[in-house]
Amino acid sequence: MATVPLSEAGVLDAALTPGPGALLRRRVFGHASLMIGLGILAVIFFMAFAAPLLAPHDPYDQDLARRLIPPIWHDKGTWTYPLGTDGLGRDYLSRLIYGSQISLLIGFAVMAISGVIGLLLGISAGYFGGKIDMAVTFVVTTRLSMPVVLVALAVVALFGGSLTVVILVLGLLKWDRFAVVIRGATMQVRALDYVAAAEAAGASTPRILFAEILPNIMNHLIVVATLEMASAILLEAALSFLGLGVQPPLPSWGLMISEAKAYMFFSFWLIAIPGVALSLLVLAINLVGDGIRDLTAPENRA
Amino acid sequence: MLTYAAKRLGLALLVALAVSVISFALLRASSDVAAAVAGEAATAADIEFIRHAYGFDRPLVVQYFDWLGRTLTGDLGQSLYYKKDVADIVLSKLPVTLVLGAVSLVFAILLSIPLGVLAAVYPNTWIDRVSLFFAVIGQALPSFWFALVLIMLFSLTLRWLPVSGSDTWAHFVMPSIALGYYAAPAFMRLTRAGMMEVLSADFVRTARAKGLSPASVVFKHALRNAIIPVVALAAVQLGFMLGGSIVIETVFALDGLGYLAWQSIRHNDFPVTQAIVLLLSVLYIALTLLADLLNGWLDPRIRVR
Repeated sequence: MATVPLSEAGVLDAALTPGPGALLRRRVFGHASLMIGLGILAVIFFMAFAAPLLAPHDPYDQDLARRLIPPIWHDKGTWTYPLGTDGLGRDYLSRLIYGSQISLLIGFAVMAISGVIGLLLGISAGYFGGKIDMAVTFVVTTRLSMPVVLVALAVVALFGGSLTVVILVLGLLKWDRFAVVIRGATMQVRALDYVAAAEAAGASTPRILFAEILPNIMNHLIVVATLEMASAILLEAALSFLGLGVQPPLPSWGLMISEAKAYMFFSFWLIAIPGVALSLLVLAINLVGDGIRDLTAPENRA
Repeated sequence: MLTYAAKRLGLALLVALAVSVISFALLRASSDVAAAVAGEAATAADIEFIRHAYGFDRPLVVQYFDWLGRTLTGDLGQSLYYKKDVADIVLSKLPVTLVLGAVSLVFAILLSIPLGVLAAVYPNTWIDRVSLFFAVIGQALPSFWFALVLIMLFSLTLRWLPVSGSDTWAHFVMPSIALGYYAAPAFMRLTRAGMMEVLSADFVRTARAKGLSPASVVFKHALRNAIIPVVALAAVQLGFMLGGSIVIETVFALDGLGYLAWQSIRHNDFPVTQAIVLLLSVLYIALTLLADLLNGWLDPRIRVR
């Protein structure tokens, strides 16, 4: 039985005081909405990556003899098709599971394309200022004044709807919020001493931009990235719903809702299920984004 | 104020010019217009004849200025599908969309400002949490899906409201809710943040110290000042709503600009599509200009920047 002598109380104190890593873990795990968001996201990611293992049937396999079977909570539901079948007799659970791949792919790809464009525009406008800032602000203002949904629909109609076209069109349209936020964040960081120090030390401009400024605006970048990802997923669903996005027979959640419109009155679950999935995914991404913003806001640092 | 207004007006005109170049280029350079005009049964000779007759064989720059000149005088060409004047068609659909936008905006404001004020007056209580919860949920619901749920509930089950069309005021209820709820969280957050800031300001403390009733302090003194940024946001949000009307109008078959845009895109009716893109952009530019001028007028500090 070792008792702690009084002289070692300081050491004990130090051992009991959590380090910065432990504090961060405590803040992350104590943040309820962030944890809920991460939990839902983990489930949907698992669905997307393990789709071939999880899906009980082929999502494209049609059979008109077994069309519009209701889901399991209905009296006439069967465990063979837990979420029922759609108007063409395809297993709804399998389509829902494969649909998560499309939403996640759209979200990440659009976020990556628009993020790179917006980051380059925003960081150069914020760092260089003057004429470059004016030019970027003008380009952003022009882009903002054109209605996204309408322009996206028109362009998709021109090139024909496909996953690639939708990703490219949305990626090339949705960089405005990235540019605006990164520009503002860069302007704040640019005025700080360590940027002046790097300039005085003779660091090259790309080095200052990407090694000094970028790491310090990362939290803003991540928060906008989550917002944009959520918005890209909603936009794809809307485009597919309007018939000018991802084309059948792909199991896009927006397209599933569109195909279910004809059966709305008697088979509302066909609309409810993909809609709830879509809302949960977007909700989860927004919760994660809000959580990261809370945790990285300077006023919340302990 | 005049210099500020002139500067903003100049910028707005430049942006409008840039938008006109883009919308011209988008629909002219990327598709064979002559073939679209000629229709599917046309021979190569027919297409060549139309290309020459309509002047599509001239340099694009010449075509652009020709088109811009005609657009500015109100001549937007002929619709390929309806065989009517584009300007007439578009203007006949505009009122429905404007009414929809205005009612949606009123709905969003009536929903969000009281919630925002309550959340700010009682921060970190259940009122604050519940309204924040609704804001987060609201932003996650796809508008077209929310619209279908409304139809299922109020038209098919309760039979209170008509499913589609645009003949009476009842046709506008669900579309306005579906379009307006999405803007409500933004208004709510801004009202809440503005109220929290203003409520801790010196003049509010003075008003409280004078012994004014809490209601008078909140509504007469604080809200008036907190509402300034909300007014500016309202103008911008109205612009977004006009753009978003395409989805909602299509769901409800509401006979406005958005529904027309969807139909004209499906029918490859590019003169109509182009006219709507241009009109909605110009409306948005005008609304943001209005918001900036309003802000500059209400808050003189903005003018100096």
